[in-house]
Amino acid sequence: MKILTGNDLKSGAVVWWDGKGWSIHITDAVDAGENAENIIAAEDAARRVNAAYAIEAEQTEDGPRPAHIKDRVRALGPTIRPDLAVPAADKMGWDWVI
Amino acid sequence: MYQYDQYDQAMVDARVEEFRDQCHRRLEGKLTEDQFKPLRLQNGLYLQLHAYMLRVAIPYGTLSGTQMHALADIADKYDRGYGHFTTRQNIQYNWIKLEDCGDILADLAKVEMHAIQTSGNCIRNISSDQYAGAAADEVVDPRPYAELLRQWSSFHPEFAHLPRKFKICVIASEKDRAAMRLHDIGINIVKNDEGTLGAAFYVGGGMGRTPMIAPLIREFVPLDQMVTFCEAALRVYNRYGRRDNKYKARIKILVHEMGADEYTRQVEEEFAHLLEQGVEPPTAELDRIRSFFQPPEFVAGLPAKADRSDPDFALWIDRNCSPHKVAGYVSAAISLKPVGGIPGDASAQQMHLMADLAKEYSFDECRVTHAQNIILPHVEIGRLYELWQKLDEADLGTANLDNIGDIIACPGLDYCSLANARSIPVSQKISERFAANGKGELLGELKLKISGCINACGHHHAGHIGILGVDRKGVENYQLLLGGSEAEDVSLAKITGPGFNEDGIVDAVETVADLYLERREDGERFLDTYRRLGMDPFKEALYG
Amino acid sequence: MADRNTVDLGTGSDDVQLRFRNDEQAGIAAVTVDSFLDQPDAEAVRVEPGDDARDLLPHLSRLRLVEVNFPSFGDGRGYSAARLLREHGYTGELRAVGDVLIDQLRYMRRCGFDAFAPDAPLDEADAAAALERFDHVYQPAADAAVPIWSLRHG
Repeated sequence: MKILTGNDLKSGAVVWWDGKGWSIHITDAVDAGENAENIIAAEDAARRVNAAYAIEAEQTEDGPRPAHIKDRVRALGPTIRPDLAVPAADKMGWDWVI
Repeated sequence: MYQYDQYDQAMVDARVEEFRDQCHRRLEGKLTEDQFKPLRLQNGLYLQLHAYMLRVAIPYGTLSGTQMHALADIADKYDRGYGHFTTRQNIQYNWIKLEDCGDILADLAKVEMHAIQTSGNCIRNISSDQYAGAAADEVVDPRPYAELLRQWSSFHPEFAHLPRKFKICVIASEKDRAAMRLHDIGINIVKNDEGTLGAAFYVGGGMGRTPMIAPLIREFVPLDQMVTFCEAALRVYNRYGRRDNKYKARIKILVHEMGADEYTRQVEEEFAHLLEQGVEPPTAELDRIRSFFQPPEFVAGLPAKADRSDPDFALWIDRNCSPHKVAGYVSAAISLKPVGGIPGDASAQQMHLMADLAKEYSFDECRVTHAQNIILPHVEIGRLYELWQKLDEADLGTANLDNIGDIIACPGLDYCSLANARSIPVSQKISERFAANGKGELLGELKLKISGCINACGHHHAGHIGILGVDRKGVENYQLLLGGSEAEDVSLAKITGPGFNEDGIVDAVETVADLYLERREDGERFLDTYRRLGMDPFKEALYG
Repeated sequence: MADRNTVDLGTGSDDVQLRFRNDEQAGIAAVTVDSFLDQPDAEAVRVEPGDDARDLLPHLSRLRLVEVNFPSFGDGRGYSAARLLREHGYTGELRAVGDVLIDQLRYMRRCGFDAFAPDAPLDEADAAAALERFDHVYQPAADAAVPIWSLRHG
């Protein structure tokens, strides 16, 4: 599946496209399919997101899992500071990242 | 320490308003991200892996206690309670909101600090020797010259859109503690045969994907022409530096492709022209700046020896204290590398403590080192024990300066959007391994440096042992390098061979360390043994 | 904008949005540096980022207009070109053209530009604010601003 991610323009927080808006939880991410480029262009122009891009992900029991480790780190937070993990995301566990 | 006058203050205050306005126009849609990006970068604001990151300048690594307190307050008020000291003697915060930036800059301006030109394709923060003004071996305190260059380079209209970033370092001793020759311009203040001070210019060094050691292009620039010479060196770079490929845009590539002789010839030509243009500040300005860097009121006749009966303390003295120019004092290093810790990170609480200790023990001054530690430059030997006890209680008393536990590591894939692999977990594992097996202390001076990608922010090319994280088909992989040095015996490390996985690289480091322990001769450091033996025995031990 | 269709190079007078000169604007079209050097009567030239402005130095007396093109605002070669021309005594119009943006205006003014023909018109209030924001400068350049070190020491 193809999911969209970027950063919130004002806060900088990592966000994921949930079909209607942007969520800080990757578990909310939905398949953007063929629409990816259009959504990115529209959301970027409306300044609801910054530096958005589409990534490949796999749908798993825990929700979408990005193909690349970089986006998995983005989804949870720095692996060396579990205390700073994205709220409620750490239940996926750090094995999910590596 | 340097103190702002009304002009310096007006400059940083105007910058705060300028950046507030730029942020405002970005949020209003008057600036696109492409237009805004260089503006925010020239104010130290990156968009990193998890959030915005703000890099705050610490000119030549010097901080007062008040400034360190303010940095701690920013960590608490606007970030998540900690900051990261960098290899360019700055501090960066990892969880900044764009909408808070104006207020943060205003808070910084209140304590004579800023984030001006801490990123972007411009002249960056000027770095220097962390022992400046204290080191027994310096010919002069290099910081007034660094401050002169800080002011000259701030908002320099001709050099705000260079081909690439530009880093200048100023030192003033034969010993190089600031990786001077791995800078775009490295300046060493020297004394000539007549006893006159001048500046030796090395141009075109750097790490990154094409590491180069800067060649000497002028042995002696009179100090009252130093700014003009910098201006000439920059103008030739701005004219010819490559704009077609950002990976070949640094001045090191220009000097290499043009040849140091031809580059020098052009700089000299431009220099001769610029000498007529009146760009050099008068010597009265240098005198004014120098007056801020007068030695503090040292006490004469203090005891020159500490009571070493506590063995942990004795070890800390041996490892972490450096000779001072005044009898009875030393410079004491606060290691930000506790065993298993995150290199260069300090909590707000630790920053507050270091600020208080700077006030109490070191004439209200501390320094940031390129190896991501903090120095208290002027500590009475007789008060070291109580200082060490306070540090130790706060997990700041680790005795490992320049040892294998004192690892330089870039933020890596845990924080950085450019990284290919994580650096911090590798540094943690190595530090834990060598603390547990007791070999860390046996190995003596062994500088280990880890980068999470070829941009080399973790200085892996300059490590006695270097580690480079790469992406091998989506999996983190680590290459091992040996034989680098950032010091006066500067050299570039060479890669050993195929890379390792995360646990493999820790084993590999132990393998080469063991070979050194086995083969070293009297007084040899790891680097010396490597240079004597060459790469082959290390390869043999690693790959069989 | 009509002359854009007939002349390959040069901005017309209409394209100049900001001008800081009292003399009348020269209604002449700029030519490339190569053409300028070939044409002894040419009075206006356009400098591209890759051009060496030093080629113009022997001909400053016949120049009335120098346009410096910024195809992309991040390419800063034009700043050195402009300042060099001023240092060598050029006093005619120095016009920045192309990707000229609000936040670069101050640096351009300091390097000697006194006219601006941006590709996209600038918000004039924002431009004025940007140009007036800093009262002081740390270093001399090609403008009349007095560096802070001179204010400190008279």
